[in-house]
Amino acid sequence: MKSHVWRPLYLAAGLLALFLIARYIYVPKDFGTGERGYRYSFHRLGNEDEWKAFKVKYKGTEYCKDCHSDKYQQIMRSRHAIISCENCHGPAIDHPENPAKLAKETNREHCLRCHFRLPYPTSGRSAIRGIYPGEHNPGAPCSACHNPHKPQEGLR
Amino acid sequence: MITRRKLITNTLKGMAALSLPAAAFEILTPERLNAIIYNDTAKVRYVFLVDTNKCVGCGLCVKACKNENEIPYEANVTRTWVERYIITRDERHEVLEKVFADSPKGARDGFITGTIDLGHGNTYTPRKEDIDKAFFVPKLCNQCDNPACVQVCPVGATYQADDGVVLIDRKWCIGCGYCVMGCPYGVRFFHPQHHVADKCNFCYHRIKKGMKTACVEACPFGARLIGNYKDPDDAVTRIINTKRVGVLKEEFGTRPQVFYLGLSMEVR
Ligand code: HEC
Ligand code: HEC
Ligand code: HEC
Repeated sequence: MKSHVWRPLYLAAGLLALFLIARYIYVPKDFGTGERGYRYSFHRLGNEDEWKAFKVKYKGTEYCKDCHSDKYQQIMRSRHAIISCENCHGPAIDHPENPAKLAKETNREHCLRCHFRLPYPTSGRSAIRGIYPGEHNPGAPCSACHNPHKPQEGLR
Repeated sequence: MITRRKLITNTLKGMAALSLPAAAFEILTPERLNAIIYNDTAKVRYVFLVDTNKCVGCGLCVKACKNENEIPYEANVTRTWVERYIITRDERHEVLEKVFADSPKGARDGFITGTIDLGHGNTYTPRKEDIDKAFFVPKLCNQCDNPACVQVCPVGATYQADDGVVLIDRKWCIGCGYCVMGCPYGVRFFHPQHHVADKCNFCYHRIKKGMKTACVEACPFGARLIGNYKDPDDAVTRIINTKRVGVLKEEFGTRPQVFYLGLSMEVR
């Protein structure tokens, strides 16, 4: 049976096939869903592992304990014990291989994150002993007089 | 002999017995019930707890987050940030209160001045006597149970993992920006180097190794905590279940999973 109806139908079928082939080639094989179903979790499953493989940079205070035990012991006896070493020395990454030495934050702004006096009601900030940097020995780094590892034990 | 009465009662009994499904004899544990109702069998559901009473606005969390997650340090984008709220009354102590909020550079360098940044180069320094309340509120991705950002993604580049964390596939994202618009909390932004959408993922690479997120490690005051809501003995789960906690923008129906202690109505 010859009919003009078939031609557009073939065309439509051809386009559909082309689309399906293109989709098959282009969409990664591991596209799928997790527990949350198609609504929230339609994704390339391999991506989860890519994120898990991201590099960890902050190693935590316990990491420093064995090699810098003197500093560790000092700070653990002080009120600065709650501050992780890496907050003042930067992320350890692969220290001591890379970088061989860690930085030492000695600029005044770093200490002022907590010690700039802000007597705010209803915030923990008001409980920290604070100073106004413009009045408290301006110009000199705080660590010239205060030891950051044992701040309560007198001045240098 | 089969009487009519017997036939009818036996038929009814038989029908009743047949209509009892096998499931009626199953003893349901709460976990099983949960799995049936919510289709949810995951062992882990990461949740976050922020205690705004403890936050001092040091911004060490923001600094650590940027370093850990390789967010360009000088670019004005960040996965987590800290907001300062100051509620004042004027000198005549009228009832009308004024709310000021700022977050310079997302508080990457903390708050080392009493002057509020009002934007457009304007500043204001409230007098100490005028301040009624002032506090800091850390913000991060809420890893919603009903994530608007996932629903609007046209290509399946952002999705929710089984543990509840919403992730972004950097290879698959086309950078259309729908999710950036769709998030009611404004946690999403464009990564200046990868040119794709980016946001906090609870430091997925750390929590999956059993570590804490970088911001939790960095916080000296314990204002930030991460936990597993599926574990009833988890410290965070206990607090969420037994203390008065709030969430941000509940009215959006996104079911955020970052809980706040000491939230105030001024916080947006
Ligand atoms: C495997 C041992 C080891 C570990 C772990 C380690 N360090 Fe070090 N660190 C070293 C060595 C070795 C040096 C180089 C000392 C030198 O050259 O004077 C060093 C140097 C430093 C310096 C510079 C000292 C200076 O005199 O300038 C700092 C700061 C430092 N480390 C901090 C840390 C912190 C913080 C941690 C924990 C995150 C840490 N280290 C973990 C071995 C270690
Ligand atoms: C509050 C910020 C702060 C914290 C927290 C901190 N440090 Fe330091 N650290 C400094 C500063 C500032 C210096 C610079 C040296 C100085 O002037 O005392 C320094 C110096 C050092 C040095 C160099 C040694 C020297 O005598 O010069 C080492 C090693 C070190 N710190 C290790 C640690 C370790 C390990 C921890 C954690 C247990 C830690 N620090 C925690 C601020 C800090
Ligand atoms: C020239 C030395 C010197 C420098 C530099 C210095 N201080 Fe002090 N600081 C002192 C002395 C001396 C005291 C104790 C006397 C006092 O209370 O004023 C003190 C006290 C303090 C106190 C306790 C205040 C109180 O209410 O008890 C804090 C907090 C403090 N300093 C923080 C800092 C910070 C932060 C910096 C850097 C921005 C800094 N200091 C720089 C000498 C110094």
